[in-house]
Amino acid sequence: MIAAPHLSLADLAPLLFVFGAACVGVLVEAFAPRESRHPVQVAVALVGTVGALVSTLFLAGAHEVTAGGALAVDGAGLFLQATIAGLGALAILLFAERSLDPARSAFVAAAAVPVGSPRDRELATSERVQTEVYPLATFAIGGMLLFVAANDLLIMFVALEVLSLPLYLISGLARRRRLLSQEAALKYFLLGAFASGFFLYGLALVYGATGSVQLRDIRAAATAGGTDVLLVLGLGLLVVGLLFKASVAPFHTWTPDVYQGAATPVTAFMAACTKVAAFGAILRLLYVGFGTSEWTWRPLIYGVAIVSMVVGAVLGLTQTDLKRMLAYSSIAHAGFLLTGVIGLGPGGTGSGLSATIFYLLAYGLSTIGIFAVLTLVRDGDGEASHLSQWAGLASRSPVTAALMSLFLLSMAGIPLTAGFTAKFAVFRAAIQAGAWPLVVVALLASAVAAFYYLRVIVLMYFSPPSVEGPTVGVPGLPTTLVLAITATATLALGIFPGAVLDIAQRAAIFVG
Amino acid sequence: MSSFPFLIVLIALPAAGAAVVAALPRGRELLAKQVALAVSLLVLVLTVLATVAFHAGGARFQLTTSVSWIASFGVRFALGVDGIALVMLLLIGVLVPVVIGASWDDELPSGRSMRAYFAWLLLLEAMMVGVFAATDVFLFYVFFEAMLVPMYFLIGSFGGPRRQYAAVKFFLYSLVGGLIMLAAVIGLYVVSNSQLGAGTFAFDALRQLDITPGVQKLLFLGFFIAFAIKAPLVPFHTWLPDAGSEAPIGGAVLLVGILDKVGTFGFLRYCLPLFPDASRAFAPAVLVLAVAGILYAALLAMGQSDMKRLVSYTSISHFGFIALGIFAFTTEAGTGAVLYMVNHGLATGLLFLVVGMLIARGGSRQIGDYGGVAAKAPLLAGAFLIAGLASLSLPGTNSFVSEFLVLIGSFHAVPVFTILATVGMVLAALYILLMYQRTMQGPPRGVLLEESEAPEPVSAHSGGTATVTAPAPVRSRLRVLDLSRRELAVVAPLIALIIGLGVYPQPLLRLIEPAVHATLSDVGVSGTATGGTHR
Repeated sequence: MIAAPHLSLADLAPLLFVFGAACVGVLVEAFAPRESRHPVQVAVALVGTVGALVSTLFLAGAHEVTAGGALAVDGAGLFLQATIAGLGALAILLFAERSLDPARSAFVAAAAVPVGSPRDRELATSERVQTEVYPLATFAIGGMLLFVAANDLLIMFVALEVLSLPLYLISGLARRRRLLSQEAALKYFLLGAFASGFFLYGLALVYGATGSVQLRDIRAAATAGGTDVLLVLGLGLLVVGLLFKASVAPFHTWTPDVYQGAATPVTAFMAACTKVAAFGAILRLLYVGFGTSEWTWRPLIYGVAIVSMVVGAVLGLTQTDLKRMLAYSSIAHAGFLLTGVIGLGPGGTGSGLSATIFYLLAYGLSTIGIFAVLTLVRDGDGEASHLSQWAGLASRSPVTAALMSLFLLSMAGIPLTAGFTAKFAVFRAAIQAGAWPLVVVALLASAVAAFYYLRVIVLMYFSPPSVEGPTVGVPGLPTTLVLAITATATLALGIFPGAVLDIAQRAAIFVG
Repeated sequence: MSSFPFLIVLIALPAAGAAVVAALPRGRELLAKQVALAVSLLVLVLTVLATVAFHAGGARFQLTTSVSWIASFGVRFALGVDGIALVMLLLIGVLVPVVIGASWDDELPSGRSMRAYFAWLLLLEAMMVGVFAATDVFLFYVFFEAMLVPMYFLIGSFGGPRRQYAAVKFFLYSLVGGLIMLAAVIGLYVVSNSQLGAGTFAFDALRQLDITPGVQKLLFLGFFIAFAIKAPLVPFHTWLPDAGSEAPIGGAVLLVGILDKVGTFGFLRYCLPLFPDASRAFAPAVLVLAVAGILYAALLAMGQSDMKRLVSYTSISHFGFIALGIFAFTTEAGTGAVLYMVNHGLATGLLFLVVGMLIARGGSRQIGDYGGVAAKAPLLAGAFLIAGLASLSLPGTNSFVSEFLVLIGSFHAVPVFTILATVGMVLAALYILLMYQRTMQGPPRGVLLEESEAPEPVSAHSGGTATVTAPAPVRSRLRVLDLSRRELAVVAPLIALIIGLGVYPQPLLRLIEPAVHATLSDVGVSGTATGGTHR
């Protein structure tokens, strides 16, 4: 006789919304006539993500474990779910943009057609759009929502796969430069599968050491006899699997290729949402599972934070492609985020959790914004992402250049932008936890990284425009909406961050 | 009147002005200029009224405002001025309208609009007011960094041929310094958190902290390096000659006239009161840097052939004097140093403006491209001479008072350094007078020469025999216009202030001295016997 586990459906509302929308999306793909698919798919995906966002707001203040201890519904989890759902909705809007590409979509018309075949050339200019990207992305968002709420390593692994598999697919769906996109997808898949293997092996070792996959039991075991080699080894492997998803150096090698190869809206989606989800899982694993045995992971996180910041800042300097540059920037930011993770503080009293979740929100908004700007600047062959093509952009399109500068300044952490508030929060958390050498490294890395952000501003404003420069497309409603929201949020979180910081602080609780 | 929120208005007004100017439609350049000038003049009036409302003998910080800003960090939007900050606000109030007037007819690089230029100028003014008026360390840091952005665009968009390089160098140097300071700011917060129970950034609360000497030294260095880059002190100075020479004249005036004073202001406001033990411990090292800077930069100034670079180097030399005055820890020297900050802004500001007017006529920044200008443009030459004499601290000009106070105040505290510093005065006379002589005196030559139909007697002008000049071609004359009425209106107020404050500096001294005295009593040195008269 198996007793049914306690399951609170209301607590699962965000997940149900998104997974429901994804399932409906699959049905729409199968049964709706081709002409009406696109608007319906967009609407379904938006209803799912916005519904999830709204339901997290209704759940605010909840603090319980449900589904037989497998899912946690707590402040930090809900904050991260709201962040993922909100950023996901913005990314869906970017997917839905139809007025920028002459072929009316950033996605390939038929992904299975071989590159360079006569059929492919025929489809390249056709206005046929394929809409499978919406249910795929919705599934990925669902996986992410599950990932940050998983209170059980097995559920965490399932969520990891649910979010990863659709991502591998949609990064291969770019309409332009298809070979690059397919190569990126394959690379991402192979390395991602490898990382999943690490995670699974770690899971097995931890289970072997503690006899349970639930974070609560692992915590009890770690507190009681934390010196178990098997447990520490298992933790290390779990963290490696997660760091891969979070694109932390030295597990970052897929990042530049995938960021460059994938269609820019997809890159925006991956850069923002995946990072939030991966860090959500890292935070929950470390703080809930190993919060009482901080010594087991602190040196590891300390080390990879430094490596990630240095690699991201230094290698970013040599990039000539904007999307690759932003990939290295995301690696550096992953290091800054880990600086916040260090700030657990004695007995969990530090401000590391609230600082990190605030950072994720601020970073996600600026990242979606910056990639949205990238989709606007185009030449005959799609987006003009080479740095030299951006020379003198300010004289051609002052608004685009101003938006880009705002997002870049936020990435560089200049005061009065969201990026500064976020950086300040994580650095404060780290110094309070005694990690001031790490903060010094982080500050130096910020200074180095500022150089490549500035270089783009220099190019846009101070260089003469080239004769055959790119054109700046007039965005349709979806992209305009995304730009307006992200720019406003980037400024608001810089100038009046008080309210959101308070929310993050109140939300910064993990249910044990 | 004193309940009027002067400081908030002084920040909001130019910021709003910047938004208005930027939002004006293309082609309304004249209106943009008029709005900018009106706003900056209104700011000047308000700073003067704020000075009237300020009681020199009263509380240390006056005209205070404080509202909660980021509660979870314990940050308050707290403003207030002591005498030191107030005189800097006055300097901002005077220099910005002058700069706007001077930039009225500037020829900008192609594709640049005057609206953007004035919008950045006004935004910069708002940031500068904020940085001097902040009494919350976090708020100070925010203005300190945010101030870079308008300056970066002023240099990068409107500067000389190597403007991209200069703008990036300026930004990165300042940003690195700022980030080091950020670490120290967070460190201060953490110390306050452990000592007071709740973290705070309020200057008055942080001043009361009892920080252990080791931590104090680290935090002092964090702040000091940021300010030393900003000021700049040798060896952190290499960005200034590039930025100063590539910036448009208006930007250069504000850069060395006010922006760099944030560094020396920071020494006085933050390094000394917050870290008194560390300040005393590091004072000898700072004095070495200061005196080295005075001499080294003066020697480099003499070697420059580019006028804007020369003026930039003279500034570095002068900043050495200011640092000497601050770290001598006597009330006279400290008061002199603050007065020096104001006077240097006026004198070097005028020098930059006049040099800019000359460059606008000749199109070259090289000293060797000019000669004998005085004969054709006596007003220009006169203004140049007054600016130069003020720069070399001739008695009767404002700079003499401050330099004298610094030297006399430092002498009984640190005699050796003071004696070495006086050598700098001699060098100052050399580099200023040589530049004046080469460009203004002697036979006409250089880029302003014009082949003329009628032979022009040149013998009348060839007075300066010591000048290094090529023999003037006989059949040529200088074609140079003297100062226009607009240019006269720009230089006249500065000249009046230079002479006026040279003869009667008391009003400023009355404002400065109590604040300096209060600062030094934080350090635990009482100043000298004469220093305490106002308390």
